[in-house]
Amino acid sequence: MAVCIAVIAKENYPLYIRSAPTENELKFHYMVHTSLDVVDEKISAMGKALVDQRELYLGLLYPTEDYKVYGYVTNSKVKFVMVVDSSNTALRDNEIRSMFRKLHNSYTDVMCNPFYNPGDRIQSRAFDNMVMSMMVQVC
Amino acid sequence: MADEALFLLLHNEMVSGVYKSAEQGEVENGRCITKLENMGFRVGQGLIERFTKDTARFKDELDIMKFICKDFWTTVFKKQIDNLRTNHQGIYVLQDNKFRLLTQMSAGKQYLEHASKYLAFTCGLIRGGLSNLGIKSIVTAEVSSMPACKFQVMIQKL
Repeated sequence: MAVCIAVIAKENYPLYIRSAPTENELKFHYMVHTSLDVVDEKISAMGKALVDQRELYLGLLYPTEDYKVYGYVTNSKVKFVMVVDSSNTALRDNEIRSMFRKLHNSYTDVMCNPFYNPGDRIQSRAFDNMVMSMMVQVC
Repeated sequence: MADEALFLLLHNEMVSGVYKSAEQGEVENGRCITKLENMGFRVGQGLIERFTKDTARFKDELDIMKFICKDFWTTVFKKQIDNLRTNHQGIYVLQDNKFRLLTQMSAGKQYLEHASKYLAFTCGLIRGGLSNLGIKSIVTAEVSSMPACKFQVMIQKL
């Protein structure tokens, strides 16, 4: 499914980033980094949109030859970025959306953990497992 | 939110716990309010993350304040804020005519001096919630006659 999942803080530094093929990690980090500009652009455009269009899921940020990058921003301005293999055509918009929802639910649990300091890197094992489950799952 | 009776009891114990530890010299005396406020701040951050999970993106500051007054207040204190006023320049006054955490005390002015310690946590709650939504603010509370109270939110512009 996803090949790279990243959580970016309000101030645009990474809280969590993990990619599946570890040999080319830097490439994915770069992709996530470049996608932040698109996220910003989408958010500022969204401010003027109608109420029903202001959802948290941003949709496809940009496609490259091999990958597609999707984005999601919570109300607390935390960004989730997901890189997906574009050869995987079975993955529809709705599934991506539900994956983001799962990610968001898991992130909320991390935030509500009293032992977690907001703004620190996410080291929760439960969160890690959830992300891993989204990466290995084969469609 | 947890059962409301439990929340009230826990809150009362929290306040008396912090003040008791101050008497024993563990916390400096004047720091109790700050300590309660900081506890509220962290709780507010967590709560707002959970409450805003399924809501649409906020349009502006006022939209956020309305959310705090309606949804947030209803979930935590089982009622809405009675009156929200603003000068449109970053100052909001939230008035609650029957504030939950003060209803346990006798109404009127008798225990007015003790009211502030029961409001510190809530001030932090508001501040934490707003800060997680990207708004830096200063929140103060004032009581003139229990159980009514006013929270003044001063938004700090960057």
